[in-house]
Amino acid sequence: MPILTYRDALNQALREEMERDPSVFLMGEEVGVYQGAYKVSRGLLEHFGERRVVDTPIAELGFAGIGVGAAMVGLRPVIEFMTWNFALLAIDEVINSAAKMLYMSGGQLPIPIVFRGPGGAALQLGAQHSQAFEAFYANIPGLKVVAPATPQDAKGLLKSSIRDNNPVVFLEGEMLYNTKGEVPEGEYTIPLGKADLKREGSDVTLICHSKTVAVALKAAETLDQELKVSADVLDLRTIRPMDVDAILASVRKTNRCVVVEEGWPFCGVGAQVVHEIQHAAFDDLDAPVERVTGADVPMPYNKHLERAAKPSPELVIEAVKRVAYLG
Amino acid sequence: MATKVVMEALSPTMEEGRLVKWLKQEGDAVQDGDVLAEVETDKAVMELPARGEGVLRKVLVPVGATVAVGKLVAVIAAAGEDISSVLAEPGPATSERGAGSGERAAPPVPSRSAAPAPSAPSVPTATAPAAAAGRVKASPLAKRIARERGVDLAVIRGSGPGGRIIKRDLEGAAVVSALPARSALSAPGGFEDVPLTQIRKTIARRLSESLGPVPHFFLTVEIDMERAWEAREALNALGEEPRITLNDIIVKVVAQALMQHPECNAWWQGDSIRYFRDVHLGMAVAVDQGLITPVIRNVNFKGLRQIGVETRDLSERARQRKLKPEEYTGSTFSISNLGMLGIDQFTAVINPPEAGILAVGAVTQVPVAEDGAVAVRRRMRATMSCDHRVIDGATGAKFLQTVKRMLENPLAMVW
Repeated sequence: MPILTYRDALNQALREEMERDPSVFLMGEEVGVYQGAYKVSRGLLEHFGERRVVDTPIAELGFAGIGVGAAMVGLRPVIEFMTWNFALLAIDEVINSAAKMLYMSGGQLPIPIVFRGPGGAALQLGAQHSQAFEAFYANIPGLKVVAPATPQDAKGLLKSSIRDNNPVVFLEGEMLYNTKGEVPEGEYTIPLGKADLKREGSDVTLICHSKTVAVALKAAETLDQELKVSADVLDLRTIRPMDVDAILASVRKTNRCVVVEEGWPFCGVGAQVVHEIQHAAFDDLDAPVERVTGADVPMPYNKHLERAAKPSPELVIEAVKRVAYLG
Repeated sequence: MATKVVMEALSPTMEEGRLVKWLKQEGDAVQDGDVLAEVETDKAVMELPARGEGVLRKVLVPVGATVAVGKLVAVIAAAGEDISSVLAEPGPATSERGAGSGERAAPPVPSRSAAPAPSAPSVPTATAPAAAAGRVKASPLAKRIARERGVDLAVIRGSGPGGRIIKRDLEGAAVVSALPARSALSAPGGFEDVPLTQIRKTIARRLSESLGPVPHFFLTVEIDMERAWEAREALNALGEEPRITLNDIIVKVVAQALMQHPECNAWWQGDSIRYFRDVHLGMAVAVDQGLITPVIRNVNFKGLRQIGVETRDLSERARQRKLKPEEYTGSTFSISNLGMLGIDQFTAVINPPEAGILAVGAVTQVPVAEDGAVAVRRRMRATMSCDHRVIDGATGAKFLQTVKRMLENPLAMVW
């Protein structure tokens, strides 16, 4: 299988879907001439022309709204936010327009739109530019929320998101764009709402998504080597709809669970996961479920503090020791 | 290999026990099964047996102290064997109360409440009894495993935080329930569980809202006891032991009537009602500081003489607090008789999950109108308390009618 970067896997997905369906178009800041702030849209302007790769002013609310309007009249817009931090300016269009229109039009106006861009913290970008918004958007009925961790998943899930008739919030990662992985040749899609077991184990379930998949896998390796604890690493891939069946199947096998996410703890994605587990697998639990999250603070700029505020393999290992009653 | 002697759960509801007497002293040789001590549970004075052999090396709980189930009370080991590691185990976080006073007694072994000394040989960490503070702490999974395997968690030591019993505590260990085997009650064929119909659910919900968890109602009947009296006189005139009492006749009549009205011989189980095919009658017996209801089993199969013998035996041992747990659990219906204390009529409180109890008053001679004239007759008032979730008014009334008819004509018992 070819090895691609996450960035190029997304580029392939956009290119293939734009080839496949002339109603698909890309719009956002610097997506055309500059080839994308993170080069995800490299070569698309040259190939598809200005009508389908549209550079916008720095006006998130405006171009998000244009995207929703385009979706209402039958196009399939892909709206790129330079980062999801800037998308806060457009959140009214995402939540009040995109997520509500199908419902409020009595089913007449489906909104097949994808809002995409990097989410979460990179390195020393400060509190305002280092935020993971999965839980914000997952809270909204009418939105689907996707956060892939690998190039293969990124491509297959972006293709499914573009084809989906509902608004999809697609969270990438600045620190993920350069990561490499195998990507199958030829046409494939990955269904929304399906988690993926990235590693199979028997003693504990690590539930993660996006950047924390790598954190969990690293922790799982150390746990295996140093503590002889074998971990299931379950990548949610889609936050909403959530693959509750996959979560329960793993927890019923291991009886222990640690949920890892980059976002803040309060009302976070993990809180929902824990609810699903205690509700449906109560009698399978041998220990309270633990969570490893970003620290409950605005992200510090200081390099050391920033590192301490992010989920790490060390924190995951400590949590696993608690749920496995080790030491 | 040292054997830890822990306070065992000697009754189904026991959470702590008071050490009444040590029957073995430190230094005594003990065999597996020897009685080490007498322990007063919430219901009776029971024997605490040895679960290993050797020498009773250390007694950790003084006479009169009350300790939680699962707590270490003594150590059996070979003479000369090092038992310091056993003694160094972290103590359970239970309060130790002096007998009856509620005062705190000094911990029997000071080191047990402290962390193990650094020099102590390694012992499993955090082995506190799960029954600390009277409530068994166990993970949901451990509880499920225990339920499936019939394990009594009260006798398992938890290795999790705060003594929580977790899955590994139930693995491999020879886990034996501290409860004696259930009687014939649990044998297949002994009962039938009938899921609640909607109307029963509604009745249950509405009446519980009105009257509390067990919605009682009461039915009183006055019964002419002349012929039961004559029957007793006639039987006792045979000169055989034991002498039959009116209470024995009432017990038998109630059992026979329950066989005819199985809808009253039942347990409320929340989502179903268990109808029993045999009658196990609980009989309220006053004891010092309370009461207990020993159970006469399979009364429907027993004659008056056997009922008489068993009643006397159970009552006597109840007063001495010598009943075994299986002798005061599992009744399907109860009788409370305060007639001998001169009470004419009263209402009794249902003993859940049973659905009914019959309160029996005194047999007294009263004037009654009979064929247009006043006659003096022996009469008795019996009041049935019914759990309305199980028994409706007419159902209870029909049962009482049968009781009345049988007592007024004892031959009806053998119909």
